[in-house]
Amino acid sequence: MGEFTVHRVRFFDYMPSAIRAVAFNPRTERLAVARADGAVEVFNFNDNYFQEKVIPGQDGRAVEALCWVGRRLFGAGLNGVITEYDLENLRPRYTVEAYGGPIWTISCNSQGTHLAVGCEDGTVKMFEILQERIQFQKNLDRMKGRIISLSWHPSGARIAAGMMDMIRIFDVESGAATHRLLVERGMGVSRSTEVVVWGVVFLSDSTIISGDSAGKVQIWDGSTGTLVKTHLVTKWDVLALSVSQDESSVIAGTSEGTVVQFQFISATVGQQDKDWVRTRTFKNHSHDVRALAHTDTAVVSGGMDTQLVVRPLLDKVEKNTQESALRKIAFPHRSLVCCAKKAGLLLFQFSDHLELWRLGESDGQGTPGDSLPVKRKPEKVMELKRRGEDHICCSALSPCGGWLSYSTVSSVRLYRLQHDNNNISINKMSKLPKELRSVHQLCFSSDSSKLFASSSQSSVVVVALSQLECKYLHTLKHKSGSRQPVHLLSPSEDGKWLATANTDCEIHVYNLHKMKLHCTVPVYGSCPTAIAIHPTTSHLISVHADQQIFEFSLLQKEYTEWSRKLQKQGLHPLWLQRDTPVTHVTFNPANPEHIILHDTFMFCIIDQSLPLPETKTVLYNQLTLRSLPVAERIRQSHAFKICKSFQHLLCVSLMEDRSLVVVERPLLDIMAQLPAPVRQKKFAT
Amino acid sequence: MAALYEGYTLCGLVPDLNLCSSGIQGVEEERDGDHVIVTDSSRNVTLYKVSDQKPLGSWTVKQGQTLTCSAVFNSQTKEYVAVSDHRVIRIWKEEDVLLDKTFKATVSSDICRVHCAHGGDPVVLFQRGAVRQLESLLSAPQQPIEEVLPQEEVIRWSTSILAEAQQFVIFTTEQKGDQFLYLQRLNPNSLQRYRLEREEPGLFPLSFSASYRDKHIFLLYLYPNGHVYQSVVPVRGLVVEEALPLPRNLLLGLPVCEGQLEAASAIVLDEAHVAVVGVPHPSAGAGKDFLCIWNTNFQTLQAGKEMAGKIYGQLWSYSNKLFIPHGKTLSVIPFECPKSSLASALGKLKQSKTEACFTFPPESKAPASVPSWNNILHGEKAQPSRTVETRKTRTTRRTQSAPSLTIEQILELVMTAPVEEVQKAVEGLLCRADLQDLQPSVGQLASSLVSRSLADPAFYPSNTLTQLVHTQYLCHSVCPALVLLALEKKDYFLCQLCLQFFPDIPEAVTCACLKAFISMPDIDAEKANLEPDSVSFMETLTLKERGQAGMQNGFSPTTFQEDHSDAIGAKQTRAEDKEKATTPPELICPVGLHKAVLLNEVLQTAYSDTFLLPHLKDLSSQHVVLFLQYLQFLYLKYSQDALPQAHGFRSPSLNQIMDWVCLLLDAHFTVLVMTPEAKGLLLNLHGFVKAQVKLVCELGKIEGSLQEINKMKAKKDVGQYSIEVIELF
Repeated sequence: MGEFTVHRVRFFDYMPSAIRAVAFNPRTERLAVARADGAVEVFNFNDNYFQEKVIPGQDGRAVEALCWVGRRLFGAGLNGVITEYDLENLRPRYTVEAYGGPIWTISCNSQGTHLAVGCEDGTVKMFEILQERIQFQKNLDRMKGRIISLSWHPSGARIAAGMMDMIRIFDVESGAATHRLLVERGMGVSRSTEVVVWGVVFLSDSTIISGDSAGKVQIWDGSTGTLVKTHLVTKWDVLALSVSQDESSVIAGTSEGTVVQFQFISATVGQQDKDWVRTRTFKNHSHDVRALAHTDTAVVSGGMDTQLVVRPLLDKVEKNTQESALRKIAFPHRSLVCCAKKAGLLLFQFSDHLELWRLGESDGQGTPGDSLPVKRKPEKVMELKRRGEDHICCSALSPCGGWLSYSTVSSVRLYRLQHDNNNISINKMSKLPKELRSVHQLCFSSDSSKLFASSSQSSVVVVALSQLECKYLHTLKHKSGSRQPVHLLSPSEDGKWLATANTDCEIHVYNLHKMKLHCTVPVYGSCPTAIAIHPTTSHLISVHADQQIFEFSLLQKEYTEWSRKLQKQGLHPLWLQRDTPVTHVTFNPANPEHIILHDTFMFCIIDQSLPLPETKTVLYNQLTLRSLPVAERIRQSHAFKICKSFQHLLCVSLMEDRSLVVVERPLLDIMAQLPAPVRQKKFAT
Repeated sequence: MAALYEGYTLCGLVPDLNLCSSGIQGVEEERDGDHVIVTDSSRNVTLYKVSDQKPLGSWTVKQGQTLTCSAVFNSQTKEYVAVSDHRVIRIWKEEDVLLDKTFKATVSSDICRVHCAHGGDPVVLFQRGAVRQLESLLSAPQQPIEEVLPQEEVIRWSTSILAEAQQFVIFTTEQKGDQFLYLQRLNPNSLQRYRLEREEPGLFPLSFSASYRDKHIFLLYLYPNGHVYQSVVPVRGLVVEEALPLPRNLLLGLPVCEGQLEAASAIVLDEAHVAVVGVPHPSAGAGKDFLCIWNTNFQTLQAGKEMAGKIYGQLWSYSNKLFIPHGKTLSVIPFECPKSSLASALGKLKQSKTEACFTFPPESKAPASVPSWNNILHGEKAQPSRTVETRKTRTTRRTQSAPSLTIEQILELVMTAPVEEVQKAVEGLLCRADLQDLQPSVGQLASSLVSRSLADPAFYPSNTLTQLVHTQYLCHSVCPALVLLALEKKDYFLCQLCLQFFPDIPEAVTCACLKAFISMPDIDAEKANLEPDSVSFMETLTLKERGQAGMQNGFSPTTFQEDHSDAIGAKQTRAEDKEKATTPPELICPVGLHKAVLLNEVLQTAYSDTFLLPHLKDLSSQHVVLFLQYLQFLYLKYSQDALPQAHGFRSPSLNQIMDWVCLLLDAHFTVLVMTPEAKGLLLNLHGFVKAQVKLVCELGKIEGSLQEINKMKAKKDVGQYSIEVIELF
C-alpha cells in the first residue's frame, strides 16, 4: 500500500469554550448549545448529532440562557439583551434591550406566545412573541434580589422564579407574587451566605422542583407552597435542572460533574402513590455541569469541561444498539485547520486570531515506525489578530500559501502573503467587492486565482484574485429554494467544478467555466459532512453524517459503479458505528484510486481497486496485515485501510510532497488547560 | 564477542581534491581517554573532548608554514609538541592562544616524527633514523644529528612504546624492496635492526601496529594481499651488529575480493583482537569500506560495520574507541573486546560472584578462576622457540639463576629423585621470572609427578603439587589423575586447591570428592590444613550461631519451629527468650568446621545438572541427610543475615546452595521420604521454603507496581511535533 511520512502536529492549541446553556427542541430534534464565548451551535439529533450550524460569538456577549420558540431560537445574557438568532444566515437577527440589568434566564410558555426573562434587578419581564420580533409587554411584581431561574406552569397562568434564598410563584395575569418558598441555606460556614436557586421546574401538577447552591434538590407543593422533600445531592452546587417532556423524570447537574436523575415512581412495586425518587447518577464530566437537557431518550449535559455528552437512558432505548452508546462531542464538526499543500503552511483558526505555521523538515529516511530526526523545527510564521468584536467564523489559506482570508459575521478580510526566503510580509487587500459581506465558508481555487465564499440563501460568491485587486465575478445560485447556509465548499483541482453542500442536505455542483449550475446530486437523508471532487475522474465523493459514502460522476450525472456496489453491499457495521463524522476528504495524486478521509479517531485510505470489506471481515485489520507475509497480505486486504495511530484529529491532509500532515489535539492537553475542578475527597488523597 | 557500538562524528574532514588522503595527519591521545588532539595535514592542531564531540582548543601555524608531523601531548609537562616545516619544533600549552608567540626551536636535520608514549617523555625521530629525547635535543638544538640509515632507506612508519620503564622507538624502513624494523632503546641507547621476511615481490606492508605485552613487542602488519602477520621481538636481548631476520607468523588471511587492498589498516586491540579497516566484509560483497574486528585466535569475524564514504586506510585506537576518517568525517566508534572463554559458554560459571558484583571488571577476575582461551593460546605462541632469543641470551639467563634447571632436566629428575630434591628443583623453576612461558611445562611436570606417585606409593610430593596448582596454570584435563590421587592420599588441602582453581573438574570427580568429604571422620578433617580464607569464612558463619539471630525477611526460624503453621514473626519476644536458652538445631552446623570448608568448595565448583545427577545418586541416604542438613544450615544462615556476601571471603552463593538442595532432592527424593530421620528435616525445609515463597510472592506484588512506573515513563515521548514514518498495508 505505501509508506507515508507523517508530520505529527500537536502545536495547535485549540481550546473549546465552556458550555453555558443548552436548549432542546423536541419537535425539530435540534439541540442549541451556547458557549462561554457567546457562540451558539445547533446539533441535529435526528442526524447522528451532527453539528449543523455554528453562530460565532462576540466579545462581551456571553449567552446565559437559550430558548426555542418553535423553530426560532432566542438567547439572553449578562449584557442584558435578548437576541433572536438568524439560523439561515448564522448571525444574530436582532437584539432587544430588556432594561433590567444582566439577564440570568429566559423561558417561553408552552403556548409559544410569551417569553419571560429574569433580570438582575429582581424583575421578571414578559415579552410577546410576534412574527418578526418580540415586544415588551409588562413587568411582574418586582422582588428584592435577582431572578436566577424561571419556569412556566404548563398552563401558562403561573410562573415560578428561583431567586436568592427563595422561590417565588407569580400569577402571570396579575403579575402578583402568590407564594414565597423559603429555601434553607447550607450548613456550617455557608449558613452566612445566601443560597442561590440555580434551577427551578414547574410541573403541571403544581409540583415545583428546585436545585440550589447548597447542593439540594427540593420538591415543593406549588399550590400550598410547602416543602415536600429534600434530596441532598452534593456538597457543592446543583447548577442545572431539566425535566422530561412527560414530567416523569428530572435531572440535576452538579459542580462535581455528576448528573443525578429523579424519577416520579412508586416506592414499592404495584402501589399507586408515586413519589420523586433519586434513581441514577451519571458521571461524565470532570467539571461543573452547567447545562442540561432531558430528551425523550437521553440526558444531554455540558459544562466547564467543554464536552457535550449525550447519555442515553437505557430504559428508553434498545440495548446494545448504536442509539444506546454514550456520545461525547469534543471537537467541532468542521475544520479549523487549513493546509497550504504546495507551501507547507498550516493555518489554525481560533475565535480571536489566526496562526500561520510552517511545517518542519527532516532529511532522514526511516523505516515504518521510526521517528525521523527533525532538521528544521516548525515555526509560527504569523499570528493575525482579528479586528472588531465579532469572532472569526471561517478562514482559508490558498494552496500556494499566497492568500489568506477570514470572515466574521460582519466582514470579510483578504490578505496577500508574500514569501521571500523565510520572511513573510502581509498586505491587506482593500476594496473588497461588496458582495463579500456576510459569508459562512471561504475557499480558494486550487490555482489560487479565485476565492469562493458561501453567502446568504445558499449562494456562492466567486471573486477573481490578482496581485493588485480582487474582482467580483459572479454569484452562483441554484433553484431548489433552500435558504439554508452552505457549510461545505469544494472546488475541483482542474478549476472546472465547484461543489457546495448545505444543511438541507443538498449538494450542488457548478460549472465554473460557464458559471452556472451543472447538476444537483440526489438529496440523501443525512447531511454531508465532507465533499470533494476527484482530480482526474471528476467524481464527487460525499460522506454524510450517518457515515455513508457516495461517489457521483459529474460527467454522467449518476452514481458510479463503485458507489452502487458500496450501497448494495453496505458499509461495514463497525464503520457505521463510529461516532464522529468524517470532516475531510482528499485524494492521493500518486494513486488515483485512493481516497483519504478522517474523523476524530482515525484516518482511512479507501483503495477503490480492492474488494470492499464484508460484514464478517475484520475492518481494522492493519495489525494483522502487518504480521502476514506479502502474498497472504494481498489476499486478506480490503478497501478500507484504517490507521488509528493518531487520535483526536483535527486535520489530516496530504501535502504535495506526498507527506501527510496530521493535526492532533489530545483531550488531555485540553483538560490540562481547564481550571481546577471542585475539590473532592478521593480515596488515598 | 567483540562488538562495535554506534559511532559518532568527532569532526569533519577536508580531504584533498583527489581524495587520496583524509587531510588528517594524526590523532593522538591527550590527557585522558576522552581527549584527543587531531593534527590535520596542513596547519591546524585541534583538541577535542571526545564524549562531547566538541573542540576545546585549536592552534594554527602561520600561512606558508605547514605542520609536518602530528602533534603530541606531553602528559608530564602538559605541553603540546609539534614540528613545522620539518625542522622547527614548537611547544605550547593549552592556555596559549597564538602559536607564533610560543616556544620554537630550529634543529639541524629534518625531523620525521615526534613521539610521546603515554606517560613517557617526547622523543624525536629524524628522517635519517637518529633518535633524540626532546629534552636533550632542546638543550642544544643545533647539535649535529648522525645519519643512521643508508641513503636510499626511508622511514615508512614509526611508533614509540613505553615498556618496563624503558622507552622504545620502533620504526620500519624500506630499501630497494627490503623491509627493515628498527628497535631503538633509549636510556641506555641501543639500536637493533631486523629484516622482515619478504612477501610476494612488489608487496609492501600497508600498515603496522605495535603493542607490548609479556616482555615482548608484538608487531602486526598487513599486506595488500590481505595477510596479517605478527612478529614478536623481545624487549631485552643483546644488540647484534648485523640485521637479524625477523620471523613472522600468519595471524589472519583476510578476504580480498578482487585485486589488492589499497588503503587499509590493521591495528591490535588486545592480545586476541585486531581491528581492520578498508578490507571487504566476507559476507557483504566486494565493497572495501568496512571496519571489522577479527579474533586472531579463532580467526573469526567478531564485528563489522560499514563506513560511509572513502576509507583512507587510517585508523587509531585509544581507550576502547576507534578513530577512523572516512568520507568527509572523522568518526569515533566505541568497541568492546571481552575475553572469550569456553568455560563461560559451557555449564555454570564457577565463581558466580563476578555476576553479583558488577563493580569488578570481568577481566580482573576471569584469569584467576577461568583460564581464558586467549591466555592459553597466546601462551603457546609466546614460547621461547617462537621468539628470536639468541642462544646468548638464553645462556646468560641460565647463569643468572644458577640453581634452576631446565624443564627437561627437572622432568628427568622427577622420574628418579626423592621428594625433597624434586621440590627444590620445582621451586627453582617456579621462581623464574618468566613463569608465564612455562605454562605447558607446568602441566607436563604435574602429570609426570602424578604418574610417578601413582606408580610409587611411597612417593608423594604434596608440597610440590600444591605449588604447581597454586600457579593456576594447571587444569584438570592436563593431569586428570591429580584430584583422585589427592583424595586417595587424603591430601585435603590439595583437593581444596584443585576444586578452587580447576575450571574443568568432571562431575564424577566432584561427586567423588563430595562423597569423600562427607564420609570422612571429623577428626581427620580437623587435622587437615586448609586455606585460611575459606576457614575463616566458616568460622564467622558459625560464630554467629551464638550471636543474636534476628529476624530476617520477616521470617524467624525459632517461631516457626514452635509452630509449623504460618505464624510468621508473630511473637518475637517469646522467640528471643527461647533463643537465649537453646539454639535451634537448624542453626548448629551439622558438620565440623573443616569438613564444612571442604563441602563449601564442592558447592562452588562448576557443574552441569545433567551430568551431576547420576553421580549424586551414588550417595548413601545417611550422607544425603547429613549434606542436606548442612545445606539447610547454610541456607538458614544466609537468609538470616547478609553476612556472607558482605565479607570478601570465597563463599558459596545462595543460588549455588539452592541449586544443590534441588539437585539433592531430585536425586534422592524417594529415598528421603522413606527415611524416618529425614522427615523432620524435610518438614523444616518445607516450612522455611514456604515462608520464603510467601515473601517472594509479596515482593513480586511490589515489583508489579514498581514496573508500572517504568512503563509510564516510556509512554510520554510524543512532543509538540514529530515526523514519523508509517506504513499502511
